[in-house]
Amino acid sequence: MFRALQQLHEFATSYNLLLLLEGGARTLVLSAAGCVCGFVLGFALAVLRHTAAGWLLPARILGVVYVEMFRRIPFLVTLFLVFYAFQALGLDVPVFWVAVASTCVIGTAYLSEVVRAGFAAVPRAEWDAAATMNFSLLQTLRFVVVPQAWRVVVPPAFAFFLSFIKDSALASQIGVVELTFVGKIFNNRGLMPAIAFGSVLIAYFVISYPLARLGARLEGRLALSRAH
Amino acid sequence: MNYTPHFGQITRYLPYFCGGAAVSLLLATLAFSGGMVIGLLGAMAKTSGGKVLRRFAGAYVTFFTNTPALVQVYFIYFVLPSCGIVLDSFDAVLLGLTLNSGAYLTEVQRAGFASVRRNEVEAAETLGMSRRQVVWYLVVPHIVRTLYPPLTGQFILITLGTSMGAVFGVEELTGRAFSVNAETFRSIEIFTVVGAMYVVVTILASLLLTIAGRSLFRARVSVF
Amino acid sequence: MPYLELTDIGASYGSKPVLAGVSLSLERGEIASLIGPSGSGKSTVLRVLVGLLTPSGGSIRLDGKPIDVGNTATIRDLRRRFAIVFQQYNLFQNMSVLRNVMIAPLKVKHRPREECESEARRLLAQVGLGDKLHAYPDQLSGGQQQRVALARALALRPEVLLLDEVTSALDPELVAEVLDAIRLLAAEGMTMLIVSHEMGFVREVSSQVVFMADGRTVESGPPAQLLDNPRTPRARDFVGKILRH
Repeated sequence: MFRALQQLHEFATSYNLLLLLEGGARTLVLSAAGCVCGFVLGFALAVLRHTAAGWLLPARILGVVYVEMFRRIPFLVTLFLVFYAFQALGLDVPVFWVAVASTCVIGTAYLSEVVRAGFAAVPRAEWDAAATMNFSLLQTLRFVVVPQAWRVVVPPAFAFFLSFIKDSALASQIGVVELTFVGKIFNNRGLMPAIAFGSVLIAYFVISYPLARLGARLEGRLALSRAH
Repeated sequence: MNYTPHFGQITRYLPYFCGGAAVSLLLATLAFSGGMVIGLLGAMAKTSGGKVLRRFAGAYVTFFTNTPALVQVYFIYFVLPSCGIVLDSFDAVLLGLTLNSGAYLTEVQRAGFASVRRNEVEAAETLGMSRRQVVWYLVVPHIVRTLYPPLTGQFILITLGTSMGAVFGVEELTGRAFSVNAETFRSIEIFTVVGAMYVVVTILASLLLTIAGRSLFRARVSVF
Repeated sequence: MPYLELTDIGASYGSKPVLAGVSLSLERGEIASLIGPSGSGKSTVLRVLVGLLTPSGGSIRLDGKPIDVGNTATIRDLRRRFAIVFQQYNLFQNMSVLRNVMIAPLKVKHRPREECESEARRLLAQVGLGDKLHAYPDQLSGGQQQRVALARALALRPEVLLLDEVTSALDPELVAEVLDAIRLLAAEGMTMLIVSHEMGFVREVSSQVVFMADGRTVESGPPAQLLDNPRTPRARDFVGKILRH
């Protein structure tokens, strides 16, 4: 017990706290960048799956296969797949960007489903009405669908971002110095594991919990405004 | 740039990988079962427990859903031995995944409890059903049917989550990919094959669960 | 030469056949009504005309020219000439009344904003909603929403107006206000194809009534003849049932 207190005192240096802060920032930026990129591509994929033109059929099938595949491959495997894919292509990409790209690959698959559910929440009849007035697909989306669907899309998309703050811990395995990696550094420096990983657990909680509360409030607000 | 994949070397490891997939599924099944028990207790505590019990269940869920499963397992793997509890890597990963999925499954099951329709229960009561009959004929079937689809989804997520066992040297599917990678350096091929195996295994699991759910509980589930 | 001519149109939803031989012709300025038991395919005919459903057989001629329903450009042209008002109004819930009416002329036809707006105001005043410009659909009664839908359809300056059971979803006391708005259009010489169960209204405005059953057009003629003196047994049976009360 005494040893623990003494170590805790030693641990609480500005250098260690800075390391935690830096790791936390990298975890956040990694998740945010990957999710934003995944959302943009996922949106495009959802739109593609909504087209009707015959010549786009192969692209639509490819889209379905992509979504079903990457929702069924563990993030750890995707990380290594992307890591070695860059290597095989002879591209020297920093591991941080490998992790962002992997998050984006998975995010595209999950978030396209979220966007699709949003599209589906707009009554079929309004799509029909827009079509009979000669709206193009993009006009229908811009003026009719997106202004209504975003309320349905935002809460689960935000939830996905939250889940990736935690799942991005696996990026430590390819050497990204994010929060979990900081815990491993502490552990290797001979700090007590309880302090090394305990501090990291607390750091994750400090990031994730307020965002989770925000997400819950957001969901409540949007559900209310939709009921109006 | 000019990388030519060779899958030939990998084929002889296929049986080894299949064994790994079986370990992954075993790990997932055990963690899911344990998580279901914890989740049932947690959901009961949250819906009808006293103040202390509710607080405790709430704290458990909040903590485990706001921290990464990987770090939870790191904590268990490295900290418990200093308390005199030594777990091998399989058990540590299993314990971590069980506690983690228990938190998520608490929330899923609580939502199921909350979705029981009050007016149906009242209708049953006015028909003269006893409390036990109401629970047995109405509440339980309703909960099973509504919870089945999200629970199958959770099972698939846990199966994917077991891949973190590789980090601790558990010989599940991803773990075996790591060891073969260290021997052959055919990295792209290995992770492609292993990724494809996860897809196949989870689709088979979904298929099986869908068939079972539809025939046993008339649950509205689908594979995709 | 009739303005619009359908010959032996067939169509199905998935594997379920819904139209099995629909033929009718419509002159410019004429008002025709489709009547028949529910499920007889009346609304489906309108959906085919605005390209929401592709027919599996038969031919459509417009101004004497055959229409290729598989062609996106012709579908666009059909939709330019035909405007439809739905039973459930189908207003855009996220837009004010004024914007619902303006949006298509503004964004699809790229007409100048001032022109679209003044036209929309005029149309809304015409249907008696000049004071509801900035209300949202969910703040309006069904009758008011349906009149907005009517104004929205007219804003595209269609050659033909298709009305799909526009009063069926309304409470009885709201039916009259919508029918009045349609009568006004009829007086202006608008070409219309109407699906309706309001037999009094059908008799009053139509120059031609078409009776449908089981996805086929069975009999057609002027209202006096078809409603009072139907030739086919099926039409006689139907008319007898609905005019009894």
